[in-house]
Amino acid sequence: MNVAKVVEDLAVDLLRLAVVELPFDVKEALQRAFQEEESEVAKMQLKAILDNVELAEKERTPICQDTGLIAFYVRAGACAKGLDLMEGALYNATRRATKEVPLRPNAVNPLTRVNSGDNTGWLTPYIHWEIALGDVVEITAFPKGAGSDNMCVLSVLTPAEGMKGLKRFVIDAVMRAGAQPCPPNILGVGIGGGPDVAMKIAKEALLRPLNQANPDAELAKLEKELYEAVNMTGIGPMGLGGKFTVLGVNVKCAFTHTGSLPVAVAFQCWAARRATAKLYPDGSIEYITHKVVR
Amino acid sequence: MAIYKLNTPISEEEVRKLYVNDIIYITGTIITARDQAHKRALDYIKQGKPLPVSFEGLAIYHCGPVVSKVGDKWTVVAAGPTTSTRMETLEYEFIENFKARVIIGKGGMGRRTVEAMKRFGVVYGAFVGGAGTLAAKAIKAVKGVEWLDLGVPEALWILNVEDFGPLIVAIDSHGNNLFEEAIKRAEERKPLIYEKLGV
Repeated sequence: MNVAKVVEDLAVDLLRLAVVELPFDVKEALQRAFQEEESEVAKMQLKAILDNVELAEKERTPICQDTGLIAFYVRAGACAKGLDLMEGALYNATRRATKEVPLRPNAVNPLTRVNSGDNTGWLTPYIHWEIALGDVVEITAFPKGAGSDNMCVLSVLTPAEGMKGLKRFVIDAVMRAGAQPCPPNILGVGIGGGPDVAMKIAKEALLRPLNQANPDAELAKLEKELYEAVNMTGIGPMGLGGKFTVLGVNVKCAFTHTGSLPVAVAFQCWAARRATAKLYPDGSIEYITHKVVR
Repeated sequence: MAIYKLNTPISEEEVRKLYVNDIIYITGTIITARDQAHKRALDYIKQGKPLPVSFEGLAIYHCGPVVSKVGDKWTVVAAGPTTSTRMETLEYEFIENFKARVIIGKGGMGRRTVEAMKRFGVVYGAFVGGAGTLAAKAIKAVKGVEWLDLGVPEALWILNVEDFGPLIVAIDSHGNNLFEEAIKRAEERKPLIYEKLGV
């Protein structure tokens, strides 16, 4: 197997899948919101969202024009061959997908604002590596739009503020964001670690499907409590009022310093795009988030 | 909640008839402008330079489209709205100088822009954020592009549209603002939410 070529082709495929077709769990959540929403304006927003999702899927064009800043999450089996070639392959895939899908060229130098034109640049695409047992490589394409990313917030609370401070921080973040992150959103809440870890796990929490419960019962309870509280704001779809400000809240925790309580809130827009596949040593591919007919 | 079909150029009189919750569809010309285009346009005024295109009676669209080019022909592939609040510090002057009649975006705008809309007769039409394919369907042709040196998302894309919408009038020219109303309601509920969470 020519690893570089296989990974490059797969990553182009994953980027295309991610931007044209929502994962099953997100579509289902949007449909449920449409059914349960009561106000006319909110229903109209969700109807347009669902129509748009269907049209994009049919025409194989991007759901949203903001095809995001590109990130890959790679869970690499330590015994897999060609791991050294994967970074280059993911960069090439990003350049190719920009032309072939097409993606909007979003990556700019943060100081000069000059656009590279192909979605690559310093640390872009961002590649998050995890080493796993075995010889399977799992790749997730996670293109994330700026509308929701611009609302991400981080705070280092004092241990005395504790759980109360944390809950308050999440509610305040949603209120401050209002209509801007394209609600209904998915919230990733990262608790603990150092500040960098808190934001990292808040974003990772967004990778967990909405129909998959948190394995920790206490955290699952916190998620439900935050979900209900956030939806009580009534900010609603697109901030025009309604029952669904969020489709879900996903919490991820890390141990933290005894003198510290970092909390991060990562916003994901309703166009919660991600696509995952597993690559086996014989070159065969198993798609996880999408049904792919070959 | 009335439905209006507007053709560009749109007059002040037509705009003044609109109220929040009305739905509009636009046919004619709309021009995209984001952060960098707003900045450059206002720089041009300071320098006394004319813009490459007139906004008078048209709609400004807060949008950076996905485009493809075959030969020398551009096609819009996806073109939903971007977050309008980023343009808040620049929009008053933009409206005052360039006389657009509709601002299309998502997420609403701040007090100063609402004031400009009242003063000069402009409405804010909210398009569903992220609905890029739906928007592209109503874009019939790319009439031109200016300031492409700013990058594809930030350039001025001059678009021919047919029944572009539905746009909800979320801020009208009478000072009403649906987004502000939603946030106000949320603020009122906050003590109740805190109580429910026990904080």
